[in-house]
Amino acid sequence: MKTLAADSAQKLQKGRIVNDFSIHVATVNGSGSQSSNNVLMRSIFQMGIPVSGKNLFPSNIAGLPTWFTIRVNKDGYIARKRNVDILVAMNPQTAVEDVKSLKEGSVCVSPVELKLDAVRDDVKHYQVPFTELAAQATDQIKLRKLLTNMIYVGAVAELLQIEEPEIEASIRKQFEGKAKAIDLNLVAVKKGREWAAENFKKEDPFYLERMNETAGKVIIDGNAAAAIGCMFAGATVVTWYPITPSSSLCETLIDYLKDYRIDKKSGKATYAVIQAEDELAAIGMALGAGWAGARSMTSTSGPGISLMAEFAGYGYFTEIPTVIFDVQRVGPSTGMPTRTSQADIISAHFLSHGDTKHIVLLPGSVEECYAMAMAAFDLAERFQTPVFVLSDLDLGMNNWMSDQFPYPSKPFDRGKVLSAEELEKLGIFERYRDVDGDGICYRTLPGTNHPLAAYFTRGSGHNERAAYTERPDDYENLMKRLDKKFQTARKYVPAPDIAKQAGAGVGIIAFGSSHFAVKEARDQLKAGNIATSYMRVKALPFTDDLRKFVADHDRIYVVEQNRDAQLRDLIRLELPEYATKLRSVLHFNGLPIDAQSITDSITEQER
Amino acid sequence: MVDTVVTSKGSSGAAPGTNRLGLTMAEYKGAPSTLCDGCGHDAITSQIIKAFFELGIEPHRVAKLSGIGCSSKTPAYFLNRSHGFNSTHGRMPSVATGAAMANRQLLLIGVSGDGDTASIGLGQFGHILRRNIPMIYVVENNGVYGLTKGQFSATADLGSKLKTGVMNDLPPIDLCGLAIELGCSFVARSFAGDPKQLVSLLKAAASHQGTAVLDVISPCVTFNNHEGSTKSYKYAKEMEIPLHEIGYVPFFEQVTVDYEPGAVTEVEMHDGSRIFLKKTDRNYDPTDRLGALNTVHKAQAEKQFLTGLIYIDETKPDFTTLMNLVDEPLASLKEDQLRPPKEALDEIMASLM
Repeated sequence: MKTLAADSAQKLQKGRIVNDFSIHVATVNGSGSQSSNNVLMRSIFQMGIPVSGKNLFPSNIAGLPTWFTIRVNKDGYIARKRNVDILVAMNPQTAVEDVKSLKEGSVCVSPVELKLDAVRDDVKHYQVPFTELAAQATDQIKLRKLLTNMIYVGAVAELLQIEEPEIEASIRKQFEGKAKAIDLNLVAVKKGREWAAENFKKEDPFYLERMNETAGKVIIDGNAAAAIGCMFAGATVVTWYPITPSSSLCETLIDYLKDYRIDKKSGKATYAVIQAEDELAAIGMALGAGWAGARSMTSTSGPGISLMAEFAGYGYFTEIPTVIFDVQRVGPSTGMPTRTSQADIISAHFLSHGDTKHIVLLPGSVEECYAMAMAAFDLAERFQTPVFVLSDLDLGMNNWMSDQFPYPSKPFDRGKVLSAEELEKLGIFERYRDVDGDGICYRTLPGTNHPLAAYFTRGSGHNERAAYTERPDDYENLMKRLDKKFQTARKYVPAPDIAKQAGAGVGIIAFGSSHFAVKEARDQLKAGNIATSYMRVKALPFTDDLRKFVADHDRIYVVEQNRDAQLRDLIRLELPEYATKLRSVLHFNGLPIDAQSITDSITEQER
Repeated sequence: MVDTVVTSKGSSGAAPGTNRLGLTMAEYKGAPSTLCDGCGHDAITSQIIKAFFELGIEPHRVAKLSGIGCSSKTPAYFLNRSHGFNSTHGRMPSVATGAAMANRQLLLIGVSGDGDTASIGLGQFGHILRRNIPMIYVVENNGVYGLTKGQFSATADLGSKLKTGVMNDLPPIDLCGLAIELGCSFVARSFAGDPKQLVSLLKAAASHQGTAVLDVISPCVTFNNHEGSTKSYKYAKEMEIPLHEIGYVPFFEQVTVDYEPGAVTEVEMHDGSRIFLKKTDRNYDPTDRLGALNTVHKAQAEKQFLTGLIYIDETKPDFTTLMNLVDEPLASLKEDQLRPPKEALDEIMASLM
C-alpha cells in the first residue's frame, strides 16, 4: 500500500515535487543542531509553506544519536511522515543505517568523508567537505562543530531554494540579541550555500516555492500552549517536579507568569510556583492549595502519575479541585522518557485504589492544550475534583503550526463555594449534602468568617456532615453520589469533534495527538475508496455522542498509540452491546503515529 | 518574675470565662476524643485548646492539618470552628505548604506522630523545614505505632523494649536535631505531662513566622508505657530536664516584667509577643544554632531528656516572604487580577509568529 494521494500526479510539475516532502536531519545529541533545525523549519514557515518539526531524541544530554524531522506539506498535513525524502546524515554513528533506510530516489546530504555513496548508489548523494568549510568559517576550533550545523543549513537551503532573507530573519530570531552569534552563524550559512551553489548539480525533484498559507499562524509546542492556557486560567498555585517530557510546561509557565502576573502596584506575585521534592509532594501541595481556594495545578508524566496515585484518590474522595497535566511518555516503568505514547489513559482515568474515576481531558492540538488548560480549571472547581489533562510528548515538546489562540470568552467558573453572607442566609451547611441533585455539593473555604463555615476533610469514611462514619448506608450513599457527580460531568466536558461521512460504514475514533495523522489517513483512505466518518474523543467520561456514533457505523476503528487498545477497552466498558464492532489500529514504537500506518492497517482490515 | 507573667491573662475586660474575642473555652473545643483513656495526645489537645483560647485567636483563621495515625486523629478533637484536613500518611507537610500558599492569612497547625513524621513522612518533614512554611508542627511522639498495635517507630530509643520484650536495636531519629540541621527556625521539645511548659511553647509557636516544630513526648498508655520504655510517663517524668522556665506575654498585653539582670533571656516574636526564658544552672542560649545542635547531640549520647525551646531564629524569612506573594490571599484574588488582558495574549502570539 504505497501509492495513494501522497504520490499523486498533481504535485509533480514536470518531474518536480514542490512543497511536499520530509527532511530528516541525523546528528549527535548535544551538538547544537537544535538551533540549526529550528532555523531551517522557521525559514520554510516564513516562506508561507505549511511545515511541522519533530525532534526524535534520546534520553541523554550529549553523545547519543538524535534526529529532527521537518515535514513540508502544501496541503497542511502536519503529522509525521513515515518515509524520509531528504536525509542530512551528519552523525557517523548512524549514517550507514540511516542511508540504508531510505527509499530509492531519495536524497542524502552528508560529509564527504563518510563515503555514503559506497553504501547506496540508488539515492542521490550530495557530499560536502564540512570540516574544511568549518575551518574556513572560524579559526576557533571549539566553534567549528556548532558552525557545521549551520553549514548544512546553507547547503540544504541552496538545494531546496530557501530564500536567503528568510534564513537571515530566522537566524536573527533564533539568536535574538546575540550579535556575535548572529554574525558567525550567517557566515556559516553563507559558506554552505556558496559551496553548494558552486559544486552541487541539482539532480532531485524536491523544491520549495513560496506560498501564502502560514500568514497569521504561530509555531508553538503543546507544553508552551498549555502554559499560556494555565496563566489565562488564573492558576495561582503551581507545583511541579521536573520530569521529561513535562518540565517545559511549568518552566514556560514560570516565564510567562513573571511577565504578566506581577501586581503592578505592589510589584508582588499573584501566583506561587513551587518546585516540589517529588511528585507526592507536588500533588499534596496542589490539593492543599485547591482545598484552601486556589486555582492549583501540577504537571508530570507517567512515573509521576504513578506516584500521585494515593493523593489522586484522596482528592476524588474528599472532593478537592486541582488540575494535573500528564504529558505522556513511553512506559511501563522508566520506559523511554523521550519517546511519545498514549498509554496512560486508563491509569489516569482510574488512578488510585478503591472505586476511583477521574475526569480526563484529551487535547488533540496545541490550540486545545491552551483551551483545555482553561477548561480543566473550570471543571475542577465546578466538580470539586482533580481533573487530568492528557497530552503527550509529541504534542507537548514538538513544534506545531497553529492558528493564533483566541482570547477566552468565558469567565472563570469557580463552582459552588459559599461565602459567609450566604451561610448566614442559609443558616445550615453540610459539606457533602447533594442539595441540587446533581451530585455536586457546596463547599466553604478555610478562612471564611462564619461559625457554620468549618468542616473536617478526611480520607476516611464520612457522612453528609463530613463526620467520621463506618455505617454501611453512609458509605454506599457517598459512593453513589460521587458516581452521580461523574455522570453529571458528561454534560460539561468538551464534546467530541465529529466528521460524519454520509453512507460510510467505517467509523474512526481517536484522541489526542493521533488526530493529524488520522485526518491525513482519511484522505488517503478516501482515495483508496474507503469512506470514513471520524469522531475525536476529547474527554472522559464520554458524552452521549459516543453511543450514537458507534451505533451509526458497521465497523469502528479505534486508533491509538498504545499496545493494549486502552481507549477501545474504555469504549467496550461503556457500550458492551457494541463490543464486537470495535477494531483497533495500534501504534506503539515510540515514534509519533503517521498517516500511512493508519491507512495501511485499516485497508488491510477492510479487505 | 517569670511566673507572674504566665498567669496574667484575661486583662481585656471581657466577660468572665471569655477571651479577648468574647469566646469561651468551649468554643475552642472539638469532638470528644476516641483515643485510649490517659493518652498523652489528649493532654496535648487540651493545651492546644487552652493556648488558642488564651491567645484569643479567631477560630476561622485557623486551619488544622494532620497525616495518619493516632496523633493525626486529634485535630478532630479541638477547634471545631476551624477547617480541618486529615490527609494521607506522612504527607501533611505538602498539604500545609499548598494551603499556606493559597491563603497566607491562615494560621496553620499540623499535628503528626513519630511514624507519620520520622518514617513515612521524613522526606516531606525535611522539605517543609527547608522552606520554612509558616505553621505550627506538633509531633506527638510516643515511639510506637499505636493504630497498628504497637510496632516500634523510628524515634524509639536504642535498647528500649516493647511490651512483648522485643528490644529496639536501631538508633532513634532525633527530630529536634534534624530540624535544626535542616534550617528550622523554631525547635522545641516538651512533654505531654508538663502542661505549663507546653502551653507556653504552643503560644510562642503561634507567634512565630515560620515553621515551629514541637517534638512532644506523648506516652502511649496501651503499647509503650511499661518498664523498659523510654517514652513512658514514669520515665519522662523522672528524666525530664527543662533547659529553662518559659514565660509568654502576648502582644496584646502590656505587662512589665521584672527580672534580675542576666537571669532571663527575652525574645521578641514576629507578632510583638515576647517570651522570657528563665535560666537554670545551664545558662542555655537558644539563639546559638551550633550550641543547640551540640546540646541535642550530647543529650542523645548521655540519654538525657531535655525540654524547652531548643532553638529560635526570628530573623529567617518564611516562604511566603521568599515567594514575594501579594498581601491578599491568592485564593481570594478575582478574575481581573488573575487573567491578563487581551493585549498580553496578542503580545505572546506575536512573539510566536
